[in-house]
Amino acid sequence: MKITGAQALIRSLELEKVKFIFGYPGGAILPVYDSLNYSKIKHILTRSEQGAAHAASGYARVSGKVGVCMATSGPGATNLVTGIATAYMDSIPIVAITGQVSTAVIGRDVFQEVDITGATAPFTKHNFLVKDADDIPRIVKEAFYIASTGRPGPVLIDLPKDVADTKIDFKYPEKVTLRGYKPNIIGHPLQISRAAEMINQCQRPVICAGGGINTSRAEQELMKLAEKGSIPVVTTLMGTGSFPTDHPLYMGMMGMHGLSSANKTITEADLIIAAGARFADRTIGKVEGFAPEAKIIHIDIDPAEIGKNIHAHTPIVGDVKQILEEIGKNVKDKKPSKWNEYIAGLKEKFIANIDNNLLNPVEFIQQLSNKTKGKAIITTEVGCHQMWTAQHYEFTKPRTFISSGGLGTMGYGLPAAIGAQIAQEDMMIINICGDGSFQMNLTEMATAVENNLSIKVVLFNNSGLGLVRQLQEFYCEKRYNQVHFGFVPDFVKIAESYGFKAMRIQKQEEILSAIDSLISEKGPFLLECIVDIDENVYPMVLNGSPINDMIGG
Amino acid sequence: MKTTISVLVENHPGVLFRIAGLFSRRGFNIDSLAVGTTENPDISRITIVVEGDEYIVEQVKKQLNKLVDVIKVSKIIPEDSVTRELVLIKVDAEPQVRSEIIHMAEIFRANIVDVSRKSMTIELTGDKNKISAFEELLKPFGIKELVRTGIIAVNRGANSIKIEEEN
Repeated sequence: MKITGAQALIRSLELEKVKFIFGYPGGAILPVYDSLNYSKIKHILTRSEQGAAHAASGYARVSGKVGVCMATSGPGATNLVTGIATAYMDSIPIVAITGQVSTAVIGRDVFQEVDITGATAPFTKHNFLVKDADDIPRIVKEAFYIASTGRPGPVLIDLPKDVADTKIDFKYPEKVTLRGYKPNIIGHPLQISRAAEMINQCQRPVICAGGGINTSRAEQELMKLAEKGSIPVVTTLMGTGSFPTDHPLYMGMMGMHGLSSANKTITEADLIIAAGARFADRTIGKVEGFAPEAKIIHIDIDPAEIGKNIHAHTPIVGDVKQILEEIGKNVKDKKPSKWNEYIAGLKEKFIANIDNNLLNPVEFIQQLSNKTKGKAIITTEVGCHQMWTAQHYEFTKPRTFISSGGLGTMGYGLPAAIGAQIAQEDMMIINICGDGSFQMNLTEMATAVENNLSIKVVLFNNSGLGLVRQLQEFYCEKRYNQVHFGFVPDFVKIAESYGFKAMRIQKQEEILSAIDSLISEKGPFLLECIVDIDENVYPMVLNGSPINDMIGG
Repeated sequence: MKTTISVLVENHPGVLFRIAGLFSRRGFNIDSLAVGTTENPDISRITIVVEGDEYIVEQVKKQLNKLVDVIKVSKIIPEDSVTRELVLIKVDAEPQVRSEIIHMAEIFRANIVDVSRKSMTIELTGDKNKISAFEELLKPFGIKELVRTGIIAVNRGANSIKIEEEN
């Protein structure tokens, strides 16, 4: 029996075991939404398409499955763009489906027409404009394969309305044949034994664990290698959670706002094992001063990352899980050395500077971490709150820190929390945000309430853009511009009108009981914390400085 | 430094856009670009001359390889390859200078493909040096128009850039 292109699309998604689609309907995608009526796939209606893309991304990161988002042509598609670019920079597998105007009128600037495959080519792993309905099953199969294998990333499928209405004989392909796409999974044995040899020979090793550990679920292999060789571990922002923060070998997050123990360890090492990390600019600071004495083993699934930012002495291309396991087998047992002893002395407990009349955000995050035992899934937006969270929340489990690292997308956290909660119904999801970024996508509170998701929101309100202000303080000699809001809404009232319970605190002494309320509340809850705008993020590495040269570190 | 890279790609619409887009957004400079189908109509071959040091060329190769539509990327070694470009030159040619131009064209084994009362169009094939030399000689007569195809290249000997077909 023949079915329409739109039905073929939905059936293909079902065969890819898709359970949820985050989306927003419209004209050109009409046939697909009509077909969705007859599917078991649950559609989550967000309040903007950007929210749908971020929710798919949060879902993907927590579940390890491909997240799916959907929008109509034109503005629907362009609203997805920020979410797609966010997923691209952080290597998150999502498939975005967009409606398109009919093939007969493509290129004539008709209503809600935009060249979305052209627009997203630079920041999708691949994209498809479907011209023939018979291709739909193959394209969906390829899209999921490309998105989820190798270095994961977003794939977009643009489906013109007439193609969605065309009837075809449905046949789902069993396998994918793409001669131009063959990711290298298995690391080269010779390079692996070389790496193990380097680890056995060196005096001052350190593992730099990146987002690849979280993506590849390589946390156990990482732990085995680190413990076997007594190798200290630092994480990048994206690697947060890949190694438990309470482990004696853990030295903290490195980078521009990394902890001084981590930045010093990396700088003084004679061997860096970069595992699923890409040496991003915010992670390594000035290239010339970076780890001057270190040899580098660079493990990455994307060959293009090898040698892109930092020269690698021993590159290993492949899946970090398999490679770490193999290296681990060849590494000799080593007891903690003088090096371990030395760097252990670099660790110091950050003591928040407390003024009882104000609320210290770092102290808050430390208390939140204690009360949740580091086990909640934390999403963040982008800004001071994001860095405080990465620095001071004691993450003990992988894939529990969900944040926009590469693109630095404000407005990410709330919709990502929705996706995360749908992926993990039983986990507590807390979105930590600032008043700046929260205002970008706060309408997604409606999506949370509508779907009975008990999302918690911790809102640090400093009535401005703290991290940009901090940049202006250091780089523009305090010529503050457009970083203080002239009007700030009543967030408690906003949250309540969306059906959240909400409360506001502004003093140190209120922290503990407020966190108790946040945790014990069954439904969605917003806790607004009034914070002084002078609260900066420290340590801080200035542009052009090596990462061991920290202000406040 | 200029490096010639041969890229085998799926013969799909939009592939050239992806490749050109990759060059522009990563800040790579294209010196010349030529595209055409191969012996297999499903596959096109793009020959790109890139300006840049070893790091850039390595990045270009790796980034091209990441594109799903790109099947194979090969660097062409100048000593082991034949490179050719075709150029059409329309030159001012009043009757009194015509024989001189024809003479020069013969020396370069160029063909006169069009003649009018005041101009001649000459077709020349060769490598970059030969074409530049010929262009220099014609300049004093007045070049009205010059069009080049971009370089294409092939390895010498039996070695060929092909995809390994799987069963």
